[in-house]
Amino acid sequence: MEMTWVWTGMVTLSLIFGLLSGNLDAVSAAALEGARSAIELSFSMAGVLCLWSGVMEIMNACGLSAGLARLFRPLLRRLLPEASRDPETLAEVSANVSANLLGLGNAATPLGIRAARRMARGCEGTASDELCLLVVLNTASIQLIPATIASVRVAAGCGTPFDILPAVWLASVLSVAAGLTAAWLLSQGRGRR
Amino acid sequence: MNLGSLVIPVLLAGVAAYGLGKRVNVYAALTHGAEEGLSVLLRIIPALVGLLTAVSMFRASGAMEWLSGLFAPVLELLGIPPETAPLMLVRPVSGNGALAVASDLMAAHGPDSYVGRVAAVMLGSTETTFYTIAVYFGSAGITKTRHTIPAALAADLTGFAASALAVRLFFGGG
Repeated sequence: MEMTWVWTGMVTLSLIFGLLSGNLDAVSAAALEGARSAIELSFSMAGVLCLWSGVMEIMNACGLSAGLARLFRPLLRRLLPEASRDPETLAEVSANVSANLLGLGNAATPLGIRAARRMARGCEGTASDELCLLVVLNTASIQLIPATIASVRVAAGCGTPFDILPAVWLASVLSVAAGLTAAWLLSQGRGRR
Repeated sequence: MNLGSLVIPVLLAGVAAYGLGKRVNVYAALTHGAEEGLSVLLRIIPALVGLLTAVSMFRASGAMEWLSGLFAPVLELLGIPPETAPLMLVRPVSGNGALAVASDLMAAHGPDSYVGRVAAVMLGSTETTFYTIAVYFGSAGITKTRHTIPAALAADLTGFAASALAVRLFFGGG
């Protein structure tokens, strides 16, 4: 439903601005051009997106996601000490994190939701500190190879779509660190009250 | 030869050889993954048609410029290019919307421009925050989300500022 508001708002604002500035010819042409360019964008994205989805699938079949999950287990045990007492929750959270790292959103979400359900047991609709932390971790992006973005860059005519990777990693790490720190600080503040 | 040109061929050959060593049917996995990629794309095309129509009208009418100008004083303070204001507004709400806005920014400024790169890094270092929160807490039956939303938005805001910083650091410009 939010998107209905966003879409209607954008189209209506465009009409008002077009009327006020006398740009209505351009707005009208842009509407049709936008719809056309959506299909063009999808086609120019398709090749690169499919290729990287294929490469990710090979990595997954090689057991890379299982390896990453093992690698992150000790860190997650420290981050979510109470949830980690249940070995199955810990396994799901680690698999969730490794699927996120590999950009396998379709696999990551169901795993994370299963862990969240388990962590929400017996808390009567109020999120625990650790559950907040798990959700914040999932609202931050930790993708190693952002294939969709690379394919959008290729579609825009970029020859070196992966040259932004170090910048993406740096920004992601800072963003995740800020989210975890904020969640920790806010839980401390409320605990004292 | 550019050293960066090594990355893609080495990664492709390396992953294939490693997979073969692990007795994985590499080619079947590749095509299966590609099929998955295609089905993801097919699912987002209808949304992209609607969103790119709106974004393109928004730019042509001058509303995009007005919106960027509105946030410019705050964004300049944070070192974020004001042109990316619409992207930051739509990012936490809609993944496809953010894709449409970022693609419009890359088309307008060039994928290798400062603004084009910052848009790409922003897209890669943040998530569709409100959608994720709704999905997780909705299915876990949580109604009191406590400090989740402020903490998640702190992560997003840091991600946006860090994107601009990282692009300046690695590519200069701005």
